[in-house]
Amino acid sequence: MVKLKGFLEKSYLFIILAILYAPIILLIIYSFSNSSNFNFDQGFNFEAYIAIFKSDKSPDLWRAVGNTILIASVSSVIATVMGTIASIGIFHLGKRMRRLVENVNQFPIINSEIVMAVSLMVFFVTFAFPEGYLRLIIAHIAFCTPYVVLNVLPKLESMDPNIYEAALDLGANPFKALTKVMIPIITPGIVSGFVMAFIMSMDDFIITQINKGAATGINTLSTYIYSDARVQGLEPFWYAIFSIIFVAVLALVLSINLVKISKQKKKDREGAK
Amino acid sequence: MKAKSVRKPFRLTKKAFGVPYMLFLLLFVVIPLVLILVNAFLDNDNNLTLANFKIFFTSSSSLTVLGNSLLVGVITTLICIIIGYPVAYILSKMSSGKILVLLYVIPMGVNFLIRTLATKAIFIAMDIELGMGTVIFGMVYNYLPFMIMPLHTTLSSIDKSYMEAAQDLGADKATVFFKTTLPLSVSGIISGVTMVFIPTISTYAISQLLSNGKIFLFGDSIQLSFEQGMYGVGSIMSIVMLVFVLISNFIMNKFNRQGNAVRRSLW
Repeated sequence: MVKLKGFLEKSYLFIILAILYAPIILLIIYSFSNSSNFNFDQGFNFEAYIAIFKSDKSPDLWRAVGNTILIASVSSVIATVMGTIASIGIFHLGKRMRRLVENVNQFPIINSEIVMAVSLMVFFVTFAFPEGYLRLIIAHIAFCTPYVVLNVLPKLESMDPNIYEAALDLGANPFKALTKVMIPIITPGIVSGFVMAFIMSMDDFIITQINKGAATGINTLSTYIYSDARVQGLEPFWYAIFSIIFVAVLALVLSINLVKISKQKKKDREGAK
Repeated sequence: MKAKSVRKPFRLTKKAFGVPYMLFLLLFVVIPLVLILVNAFLDNDNNLTLANFKIFFTSSSSLTVLGNSLLVGVITTLICIIIGYPVAYILSKMSSGKILVLLYVIPMGVNFLIRTLATKAIFIAMDIELGMGTVIFGMVYNYLPFMIMPLHTTLSSIDKSYMEAAQDLGADKATVFFKTTLPLSVSGIISGVTMVFIPTISTYAISQLLSNGKIFLFGDSIQLSFEQGMYGVGSIMSIVMLVFVLISNFIMNKFNRQGNAVRRSLW
């Protein structure tokens, strides 16, 4: 009886997992078929992967990849610098002011993306911001920085304030105490904030789509996928690209989380001692 | 005395570190939202008017969209609970549950557009007609992890001795579940519900893609009205959406304080 229950439970877990992964796995399998309607008429081949580099859409595709990386790099670097400096400021604010700033900081995170996207669009149109990269980078900074602040602030909170005071007492000037003592301590938060900002920016579709401006022709990977696949469906080369992205993301998420878990376990073990 | 006078001005300047970002937030987060509020009361020639509200609340198309969104949102959320609760529950009893739950979360790392297009391609290949059914499938597929995550966190943090106590006191298995486990996991259910419901009704592109443009949800029609230059109506829709977001956030904060960080991320 107990065995049967265990078996049923495991099968249930497995079925749900299978459904979750089915589209991903099917897509990877058929990325080697060079077909867009799931058949192996042409046999097993790498045509779809070759087409990433050698089709008439390749230049646009690679421009979109370049834009994605450019926008993600610029906005996540700015977001990290601004967010880190801001966190130090917010940490030293009075109680009421701090709560206010933290609440506003929370807004881009809880707000639905579409509302954030159109509000920025209206803002840019109203104040006649030039269309193109400027709008996109500002928008990306706006939704990335809150995550940096959320990563850095807790590190400041858990920092022993005496360490900073000690640095001052030992003759460091405030600037030195900041760069040599405080910043190194909060670096883990800064790094995870940066990584999160970068990934958020790369992953964004809605805010970019609404703010890119139709006339500029700027596309990131996600907006290019949308504009290309919305009408005529997925061409074979998209199967190849999606497969690459799937595998890369799975590997990345898995490794990040495994590192996290092993760190946690190590901590637990040390705590147990 | 001297040390104090050195430190004090720096304390003040450290506070000043927050100023650039506060200005940034004011400029690019607060003012844009205020502009949306203002636009709701303006007609196309920038005159004050309440006509937009009248258009929104009387036109059948916008009410259909609102109704459709709520319908899809409620059904998606219910299905996610029905599928997700057992998953989270079974995982919470397993010793390796913490690692296994990752498997359910990982697909979320792939851009939703790619996952949606992949499912669409499969539906087309299987000759399934695109419509309400496929939209709901796509939503469940997309947001199920948002339900499983908070439920798993809550369920696995429940102290096992409560269940044991209930059992010792003579409750059978069903009673233990309904009188102990379920009530103790309410905060997880609430987080899950808000994390599924709000994105479902506000998402842009998923329902369009999976219904071939037949079914428009709130997110799509917000985008559409701005694209067509109907800033007033679009602003009102955004405000309605904002109200939903604020209510759900308020409820979530009331029940627990852990939900927000996972809202749009899995890290």
